[in-house]
Amino acid sequence: MNHVSLFALAAAGALSAFPAVAADADLQSLRDEIAQMRKSYEQRIESLEKRLVQAESTSTQAKAAADKAATQTARAGEAKANAFNPEIGLVLQGQAKRMKDVPERAVSGYWPAGHEHGDKRGLSLEHSELMLSANIDPNFRGVSRFGVTGDGEVEVEEASVSTLGLGNGFTVRAGRFASDIGYQNAQHPHEWDFADATLMQKVLFGNEGYRQDGVQLKWLAPTPFLLQFGAEVGRGAGFPGTDRNKNGSGAGAIFVKTGGDVGASNAWQAGLSLLHTKASDRAAHFEDTGGVEAESFFSGKSRTAIADFVWKWAPNGNASDRSLKLQGEVFRRTENGTWRCDDADAANATTCTGGAALGDLSTRQSGGYASAVFQFMPKWRAGYRHDWLAKGTKSFDSATVFGLLDAGNHYFADFKPRKDSVMLDWSNSEFSRLRLQYSRDRAMMGVTDNQVTLQYIMSLGAHGAHKF
Amino acid sequence: MKKLFVILAAVLALPAQAALNVLATVPEWAALAQEIAGDKIKVSSATTALQDPHHIDARPSLIARARNADLLLATGAELEVGWLPVVQRESGNPRIQSGQPGYFEAAGAVRMLEVPARLDRADGDVHAAGNPHIQTDPRNMLAVGEALAARLAQVDPANAAAYRTAYAAFADRWRAQIKRWEAQAAPLKGVAVVSQHKAWAYLYDWLGMREVAALEPKPGVEPSLAHLALVRDQAATSRPRMVIRAAYNSARPAEWFAREAKVSAVVLPFTVGAPEAADLTALFETTVQRLLKGL
Repeated sequence: MNHVSLFALAAAGALSAFPAVAADADLQSLRDEIAQMRKSYEQRIESLEKRLVQAESTSTQAKAAADKAATQTARAGEAKANAFNPEIGLVLQGQAKRMKDVPERAVSGYWPAGHEHGDKRGLSLEHSELMLSANIDPNFRGVSRFGVTGDGEVEVEEASVSTLGLGNGFTVRAGRFASDIGYQNAQHPHEWDFADATLMQKVLFGNEGYRQDGVQLKWLAPTPFLLQFGAEVGRGAGFPGTDRNKNGSGAGAIFVKTGGDVGASNAWQAGLSLLHTKASDRAAHFEDTGGVEAESFFSGKSRTAIADFVWKWAPNGNASDRSLKLQGEVFRRTENGTWRCDDADAANATTCTGGAALGDLSTRQSGGYASAVFQFMPKWRAGYRHDWLAKGTKSFDSATVFGLLDAGNHYFADFKPRKDSVMLDWSNSEFSRLRLQYSRDRAMMGVTDNQVTLQYIMSLGAHGAHKF
Repeated sequence: MKKLFVILAAVLALPAQAALNVLATVPEWAALAQEIAGDKIKVSSATTALQDPHHIDARPSLIARARNADLLLATGAELEVGWLPVVQRESGNPRIQSGQPGYFEAAGAVRMLEVPARLDRADGDVHAAGNPHIQTDPRNMLAVGEALAARLAQVDPANAAAYRTAYAAFADRWRAQIKRWEAQAAPLKGVAVVSQHKAWAYLYDWLGMREVAALEPKPGVEPSLAHLALVRDQAATSRPRMVIRAAYNSARPAEWFAREAKVSAVVLPFTVGAPEAADLTALFETTVQRLLKGL
């Protein structure tokens, strides 16, 4: 077909070049024919070119499709291994600590906030933290953390579900979780920049921080900087409250957090939080006027206000080489209620035997800490922290109280607890850290304790991303 | 209290942004989205070219920006695993959660390189899905751009046709540029190089260069003196022509190696926003020119 037309075209070309012997009409018809042929050829060539281009593009598309298929196969393999497995992580912590042997270690002037973990002398295993978390479905996520102490105790540190899909900046969380009041409270010990809890945290909530068994609602405002409001209601069983076996909530907290960037190199966050809870017969050990151990019980309201501030700097926001973190929190706690005392041990009679009312107790106490941690080269950080507590004010009927309890009890001490710590840590990767810390602990009147801690913090498995 | 509610109500009632709000984790996807969507979107990047995308803090400003985003563009392949999940969860924004149309992973659109045969943290910062630094090969911009245009069309159907047309125009322009860069980069074929971080697999794959060693003993582990000395000794036989680092990497290891092994030290922009890489075109223009200069 093609070669026939080609022949015709060649013939026509020969004819058109022939001397003008034919009539004008013939000539004209020939010319028309040639023009038509040329046109049809141009069209055919054009369509061939088009087909060529198409073929080329199909082959690239086929290659792209093959690439995509290969990618998807790889993805599918990955999904097979992971889709329904929760993220599992384990944090291993251990330490060697050198400090004085102080019986009944206390922070002078403050109501003791439960037992203290991690303050063993010598070599010890701190608690190991096991984490399991996963998205439950498109709308919910579940998180659990179990703290296993070296003594074999297992503690549910967190078991909570939170929403992913409420929208408009709302998030609801329910279960047990670290309260978002303050800054450090929500951090787990392996995230701390120092080996031990701050004095502030110790006296406010105990080493472990304040946990809610309850519900949290957070709302993020649609602003160009961070502005977040939150409210929590909980059982209120943790210090400074007590479990009161009642319907409804036992503790309420509200907080607001704000933050943003200053240039590319700086980021900051600040917050204000309030915690309101009640205590019923909150117990603590005291010595009676004869030096025999008795127990005191406080019942009343407890309000805690915390202001927190964090500033992070890194050149151009690149923290892999050098960075600086400044952090500080201050608090004020007001408590109003009544207290009484009784025997700690029925076998040992005290001035409180049979139970004795101590009258009203109102306290207002404050304190805080400030720390700076500087990463001076990759892997290495050095930090300093200063902890202080004011002696605050306590009002009670001293005639009644000192008639039953020894005025020399640490709770009545006219003293400002202090602690200074310096630390140096080395992180081989983001999953491993070794830390050496020296603290001069003057939290207890009459005791200056020079503490040295050597600690390791290692995490394996899935390690959740940390908050700011 | 009443006042507070009035303010809250006012803030809640703020009119929705007309343009689609896009947040990219890294500057290259912000730039690509800009090429395809132009003024139909308002795009910003969570990080800059001078930051290490593996190590970013879930900063308050990022959470605030994620809260308002209609579309979150991430690289995926676990590049942002250390910070993005927190930003997504804290944002209270259901649109950008993983699995939603508003969450886009670029790595899903390209053929991954260096997919590890075994997963063990003893091998350093390994990514199960493969090397996540896919933006160093300009051909990947076509694959990612096509998927991104489709995603933009899905999230913002009103402008679907505009995204497709804009992508087609971009793709034509981009193919021509790739051809030009490939011609210019012909002398780089087969050249042996040392990388500071294993960030260039896709670049080497594109230009046919050979990576003979990395200054980081394991991915994500800072170079140690002992390892640097080892790489220097190996250089006697492997004969690299240059040592390559990204603009965000510390300068010391590469400079030390360049001095010791007597090769040239080449700083590549790695992503948009680094010096002499104002946009995607400049990114590859500068990359090719600096590599040629390093020969």
